[in-house]
Amino acid sequence: MTQVFTTLQWSDLWFLLEGAWKTIQISVVSILIGTLLGMVFGWLMSLKNRALTFGVMAVLDVFRSVPLLIQLILFDSFIAIAGFPMPAFWSGTIVLIIYTASLVAVVVQSGIEAVPVGLRNAARCLGLSYWQEMRHVTAPVGLRTAFPSWLGVALATIKDSALVSAIGYVELLRASQILNTRTQESVKIMLIVGLIYFAISYPLSRMGARYEQRQKS
Amino acid sequence: MIVLENLRKSFGELEVLKGINLTVDNGEVVSLIGASGSGKSTLLYCINALESIHAGKVTVDGIDVHAKGTDINKLRQKLGTVFQQWNSFPHLTALENVALAPRVVTKKSRKEAQEIAEKQLVHVGLGDKLNHYPSQLSGGQQQRLAIARALAMEPKYMLFDEATSALDPELVGEVLDIMRLLASEGMTMIVVTHEMSFARDVSDRVAFFKQGVLAEIGPPEQVMTNPQDPDLQRFLSTIG
Ligand SMILES: Nc1ncnc2c1ncn2[C@@H]1O[C@H](COP(=O)(O)OP(=O)(O)OP(=O)(O)O)[C@@H](O)[C@H]1O
Ligand SMILES: [Mg+2]
Repeated sequence: MTQVFTTLQWSDLWFLLEGAWKTIQISVVSILIGTLLGMVFGWLMSLKNRALTFGVMAVLDVFRSVPLLIQLILFDSFIAIAGFPMPAFWSGTIVLIIYTASLVAVVVQSGIEAVPVGLRNAARCLGLSYWQEMRHVTAPVGLRTAFPSWLGVALATIKDSALVSAIGYVELLRASQILNTRTQESVKIMLIVGLIYFAISYPLSRMGARYEQRQKS
Repeated sequence: MIVLENLRKSFGELEVLKGINLTVDNGEVVSLIGASGSGKSTLLYCINALESIHAGKVTVDGIDVHAKGTDINKLRQKLGTVFQQWNSFPHLTALENVALAPRVVTKKSRKEAQEIAEKQLVHVGLGDKLNHYPSQLSGGQQQRLAIARALAMEPKYMLFDEATSALDPELVGEVLDIMRLLASEGMTMIVVTHEMSFARDVSDRVAFFKQGVLAEIGPPEQVMTNPQDPDLQRFLSTIG
């Protein structure tokens, strides 16, 4: 025990928490902007315009199927070569935003398509315009359906943000690796890191559970 | 007044409406009967522009429904539509279901919209269900909710597309009663129905559809008790 405290110090915990704060920043920005973008893409794909759907799908499929790690490294190298270097936070977050958006798009598309056509027609027959119907019927009904899947995407984004460490950004995982190398206390550190990830994700999971409870009642 | 002039409509190769002429006067109740697939629903949807048309003309109070410059959202406020499926908005209470269009479309205040909604819900006998969600209502109640929702826009015309066909038999009566009530209040109605007693008792005229053609039309006592068209005779004898 004594040995632990000599190598792993309280200041190291602070170091980890700083990493956690950066993980939160990356995640929140990626989830927020990725969700907004994903809603636009999802809506475009729901328009039943073959060419449009095909085009958007093709692009998003690339982002969905190439491993995030590879996307991060490629994008980071590319902007460096192209002469637009940017801080690792932003190059990492941009990639994560697009990746999140490509996942959210599918969730939103299926949410919109889950709204019965009859429901939408009924609203239009009352005199609601396309956008009024969208805002007051399709969005609330469809997004409710999509919410549990969206939550899954959001939780995955938090976990995937760890990959941004690969391009040198010191978020939670990278911080723990640095400590590992120095202290060789990897099990303890990973335990702490695991707990921190859990603490970050827990509010979201709770939200999902509460939501499902409400749906049942 | 709703006027259909030589209305034609196709789905791909299939011509569903083959030149329909029909004038529905204010205060009139016209029932559309005919075999499945004869084009009754399509006709209604051509009137409220849920479907486009290929030839001919539909006018509502002199306004060309399918003309380029027509404000269809405005026109639809005159045309209440009730479908076979009641299509209640599941995320809204009965009161909110009915208040939505007055609030969003005609920009009534929240309070005003709720007053309108409550009045219409009472009208259809749902005065005690204002704060129920659709999932807490029976099919018949939801269909009456759909009628109240349409009435809240103070439409001049009501279009019914087999409003009772999806209901359990014991719930059909309560919806037909509301439709009778509307007819007695002088509402102009076009009613697609398989309820022959409703067509006979309530309509001013009954129109028989046969493969996209208006084969016979007239007062119910003529069309239903003394049909000329052999297909209509067969149709009436099978449907009872
Ligand atoms: N969106 C569509 N696309 C292709 N064909 C259609 C479409 N809607 C209707 N049809 C076809 O048009 C014909 C007329 O349909 P319609 O729904 O108007 O008949 P209906 O008289 O209302 O029948 P029912 O009593 O079964 O409701 C049918 O053959 C139907 O298959
Ligand atoms: Mg029909």
